[in-house]
Amino acid sequence: MLVALTQLLFCQLAGEVIARAFDLAVPGPVIGMGLLLAILLYRSNVPENLDSTATGILSHLSLLFVPAGVGVVAHLGVLGNEWQAILGSLVGSTIATVLVTGWVLQKMHRRHRDAT
Amino acid sequence: MQPDFEQVWVYLSASPLTALTVTLMAYLAGDWIYQKSGRMPVLNPVLIAVSLITVGLTLADIDYWTYFEGAQFVHFLLGPATVSLAVPVAKLLKTMRGGFGSLLTALACGSATAAGSAVLIADLMNASTQTVLSLAPKSVTTPIAMGISERIGGLPSLTAVCVIMTGVIGAMIGPYVLNAARITSWDARGFAMGMAAHGIGTARAIQINKDAGAFASLAVGLNGLATATLIPIFWWIWQSW
Repeated sequence: MLVALTQLLFCQLAGEVIARAFDLAVPGPVIGMGLLLAILLYRSNVPENLDSTATGILSHLSLLFVPAGVGVVAHLGVLGNEWQAILGSLVGSTIATVLVTGWVLQKMHRRHRDAT
Repeated sequence: MQPDFEQVWVYLSASPLTALTVTLMAYLAGDWIYQKSGRMPVLNPVLIAVSLITVGLTLADIDYWTYFEGAQFVHFLLGPATVSLAVPVAKLLKTMRGGFGSLLTALACGSATAAGSAVLIADLMNASTQTVLSLAPKSVTTPIAMGISERIGGLPSLTAVCVIMTGVIGAMIGPYVLNAARITSWDARGFAMGMAAHGIGTARAIQINKDAGAFASLAVGLNGLATATLIPIFWWIWQSW
């Protein structure tokens, strides 16, 4: 687990260095994820201990958003007098995105499966 | 000897240990309520935990930054957790035989819908230009969204709030929308949740089904890259029209 945790932190650190060195808009952890993905795809399999550590962290991913969520409530003031428009936009757009994405993928995958 | 409660309170209200313990307890309480309800998506554990902590902070008169001193240890793990998303994605890509075209089509349609509909609805509801611009990147993960917002003239702090709200809204209502539209395959359900509600939607998908979680993780990464590239280009074309 310690080895796997070190590998994850190393990928994140490398990502942060790349993001800063090249002044990229993409954040370090996302670049780190890309690096780890490239390494894992190059290898024939995912190492057992990395797999179990990643699965362990991700099974509690929801928890990690709690501090930021509390920050949002503390900063609801930035919504100001436009909160109705913002809330309407967020709810409407979320429903539309879920519908369009899910529908397109399900239709196309079904066609793909039928063809093969 | 009479215990000195005031001194205990001074210690507790300023110690990172309290904030950390309270965060975990509030989350466990939220998860317990969610499980007891038979996993009703509207009873989102993140929302319950955030509500409990907010009420607690208000009652105890503790400001957010004092709380964050301790909660940052949890917040920090978001970085390694983001890197961890490569593991389910790698396992998924290794087993996939074709079907990449449909994923990219769903990515293009979903990404355009997320940004386009948010901008359109906010504009129709007479939001200011700065608010409309701040809403455009709301479906991608927070740091990417804030970067895009800053680049096109939005308000990064407003974007950050909208991103988290989007995640919670998506995790709460997404499953009902998918059921109503009879979208039943785990790959489509997961991909849609990751696309609309980034990490918070993905967290939900991971706990429900392994395949859905992997497709959601893939969607978060792809949508981050697509949106970070496309929104500034659209903005540039719009301005030079």
